[in-house]
Amino acid sequence: MTTTNEYTASTKTGRLANFVDTRVGASTIVKEFGRKVFPDHWSFMFGEVALYTFVLLLLSGTFLTFFFDPSMTHITYEGSYVPLKGIGMSAAMASTLDISFDVRGGMFMRQVHHWSALLFVASLSVHMLRVFFTGAFRRPRELNWVVGGVLLIMGLAAGFTGYSLPDDLLSGNGLRIIDGVMKALPVVGTYLSMFFFGGEFPGVHVIPRLYSLHIMIVPAVIILLLVVHLFMVVTHKHTQYPGPGRTNDNVVGFPVGPVYAAKAGGFFFIVFGIVAFISGIFQINPIWNYGPYDPSPVSAGTQPDWYIGFVDGALRLMPGVLGDFSFVWNIPFPWGDNSLVLSVLLPALVPAGALFAVMFAWPWIERWVTKDNREHHLLDRPRNAPFRTAMGAAGVVFYCVMWAAASSDLIATHFHVALNDVTYWLRVLFFVGPLVAFWLTRRICLSLQRKDREIVLHGREAGIIQMSPEGGFSEKHEEVDVYKRYVLTNFNDNQYIPAQPDAAGHISRKEKRRAKISKFFFEDRVAPVTPSELEAAKAAHGHHEVEGEKQDSIEK
Amino acid sequence: MGDHSHGSPENSGTVAKADDVAQDRFPDPGLPPHRPRLADRDPRAAKRHERQVALLFTISIIGTLFFFVAYFVLGHLGDMTFAELRVQNAALGLGTAFAMLGIGVGIVHWAKTLMPDHELVESRHEIRTEADRQDAVDIVDTIIDESGIKRRPLIRNTLIGAIALAPIPAIFMFRDLERSGKTAGEMVEQLRHTMWDTGVRLTRDPSGTPIKASDVQIGSAFHVIPEGLNEAEDVLNEKAKAVVLLMRMDPQEMNISEGREDWNVDGIVAYSKICTHVGCPIALYEQHTHHLLCPCHQSTFDLANECKVVFGPAGHALPQLPITVDAEGYLVAQSDFHEPVGPAYWERGQ
Repeated sequence: MTTTNEYTASTKTGRLANFVDTRVGASTIVKEFGRKVFPDHWSFMFGEVALYTFVLLLLSGTFLTFFFDPSMTHITYEGSYVPLKGIGMSAAMASTLDISFDVRGGMFMRQVHHWSALLFVASLSVHMLRVFFTGAFRRPRELNWVVGGVLLIMGLAAGFTGYSLPDDLLSGNGLRIIDGVMKALPVVGTYLSMFFFGGEFPGVHVIPRLYSLHIMIVPAVIILLLVVHLFMVVTHKHTQYPGPGRTNDNVVGFPVGPVYAAKAGGFFFIVFGIVAFISGIFQINPIWNYGPYDPSPVSAGTQPDWYIGFVDGALRLMPGVLGDFSFVWNIPFPWGDNSLVLSVLLPALVPAGALFAVMFAWPWIERWVTKDNREHHLLDRPRNAPFRTAMGAAGVVFYCVMWAAASSDLIATHFHVALNDVTYWLRVLFFVGPLVAFWLTRRICLSLQRKDREIVLHGREAGIIQMSPEGGFSEKHEEVDVYKRYVLTNFNDNQYIPAQPDAAGHISRKEKRRAKISKFFFEDRVAPVTPSELEAAKAAHGHHEVEGEKQDSIEK
Repeated sequence: MGDHSHGSPENSGTVAKADDVAQDRFPDPGLPPHRPRLADRDPRAAKRHERQVALLFTISIIGTLFFFVAYFVLGHLGDMTFAELRVQNAALGLGTAFAMLGIGVGIVHWAKTLMPDHELVESRHEIRTEADRQDAVDIVDTIIDESGIKRRPLIRNTLIGAIALAPIPAIFMFRDLERSGKTAGEMVEQLRHTMWDTGVRLTRDPSGTPIKASDVQIGSAFHVIPEGLNEAEDVLNEKAKAVVLLMRMDPQEMNISEGREDWNVDGIVAYSKICTHVGCPIALYEQHTHHLLCPCHQSTFDLANECKVVFGPAGHALPQLPITVDAEGYLVAQSDFHEPVGPAYWERGQ
């Protein structure tokens, strides 16, 4: 290697690029990623929305840190919002009011931050639903599913720590509830609360502590997990929907440069634009209406931010007493009575815990039940996995019942029904709703699969009414083309696998359990149409059905 | 990188897999043929799309300029009315929205109409090849061997011990998150005490003016704080425990349990305002049903039955503050609460 042979660029840009390239080896990166193929589908955008709203959160949040004072020092408000002038409040609340009223564009940035946060958790959730319902979590992506789940939890943590920072009446009551939940934890609860608040509630320490968590720890963890998440996406290559030409061994889509980069990059600006529009027009978290935190007042119809709703709703659904029986158990010990606060512990921990436990474990549960340890890069259409879609729907209903319960008072006032009745109904739905959702969703999936079979075997309805020589009317059916047919017939068809003996010929109890679940999941199934079935159907119908064959018109 | 090919039935870069056919499946017809878009065939359509994209970018420029107008012309420091602020906020939002949507929609429109829409096919690779695995195993073995960690258990075991112990101080450092210097017992004990004590006057929240028994009519309700609260050292901490609701009921309608007969003054009763569920203030009193309702989680307490829980998630009744009147006719506390106020906790007991 001699310098005389070294490449020199002829243009200024070329020389600059060459300088960088020879220092960092950018050519390798461009070679690897420049034309990397990404499959395209509208449902893949939810993850992008989550990423982009997170970027917006970092941008707007950084702006807010320059003005926000995370201190609970008691001061008198002297800013320009007249109704609160002269009122005592914490410096945190006063500086939030200053951002809103005395920093130009500060209100807008607060709104962008809050709306982005709401959208961030929403898009994370919907993205996870997409991944679940299409089976994208299957091998080799199980760990990325878990990383995604932790990201969702961190999203909730980021949201809650930020929500509490202004130290207004609404968020203060939220902290009060957190204090109550902490104190319910057996043995350690009281101390946990004392350490968290630096003494008794509310104290003067909790806002700065939440601030550290909110602007450093939680975002750092999110960024770390985000990098791991995206790194794994690149390692695995993106999944794709099934279809002609799309197999488990290939990726069909658009190259990063220019098409995918343009679409994804452009989409960032679209998300930004939409958030900016919402933030300009729709008011969110008007803390000046709530006033500073005071343990005595509370406004009726208090609502947490939407993503905390399901836990708050669970708290509301739980009965504290049933007749004379109280869910606060006083357990006699030699040193005196201790209280086990089940009325708070059960709803605060069990439903959310169960939801996340099943969610995290689901890839392994499914692998165990189906005995399917293959790599899956082709997604399932939700209807083609009725058991999973039904489980997902049950989970969604379970979540939504709790979520609705968080607004039980608003439901009661809006629809003029008794608050108690709303709660009773939601208690019933809490148990019955997921079961009904499971059953109903599975029936719908199976029906849709039958519809697919019908279309393949007998053609699609052409919308043309024919009159037969005998005078009878019938709708003309056109056979679907080979591409559509391939989509409708090529899917992963899970079947009931009876209990298998192990090497010693013994059927373990665990295996019997697996077989039971397998039977429950896969006993009812609709198999894809096979070529021989199609032949038989065609033979039975005669040839008049096939005249609409589209094949040659497409291939011309 | 995989071999790219433009999808067509003849050459889609994919082949139907043998086992699919063996399972009586339809063969993979390969990628559908590419359908040209308008702009691919008609140069005038392409030109039109080009102009549309440029227009969208121009809209973005106008949006950014509009932002400056909103910032400098509509907004000014100090004494902005709320209405002005709203207009400015909306204008900033719209300016930013146009600035961003112009760019975003423009780029996406450009990508969809003018950039090639041929889908490419790339093959997937094994995530881990067997050869790589063996190489990795060899490397790890070499590392273990060269470090000698297996051959020298003394080093290994002491290192494990050291590493296991080293982080524990970091956990203990957090002890002073609570630095009142109280012992564990004192920390728990303070939850049992409030500012209320013998002879402390009941005063209005937030003004702090005392209340005469004669001021309290049947059906009325007062939000009450102990006298001197506003001058206390930790106002909010004390208030979070000491707030009380004062109501008057017809004594005939009240069920009074043994030992509490003299806790009310002619049907005037005082109960802790802090919900026994998770601590929200119970702000709603419905005099018709004499129920108290917590707006956070709808725990409902029956005033006629010593605030026992009649609905909702609270697990026990609201603590009652024993009251009486002093020589001047003002309501005063007989003592502190006889049980801890607020949410139940492990050490609360009966």
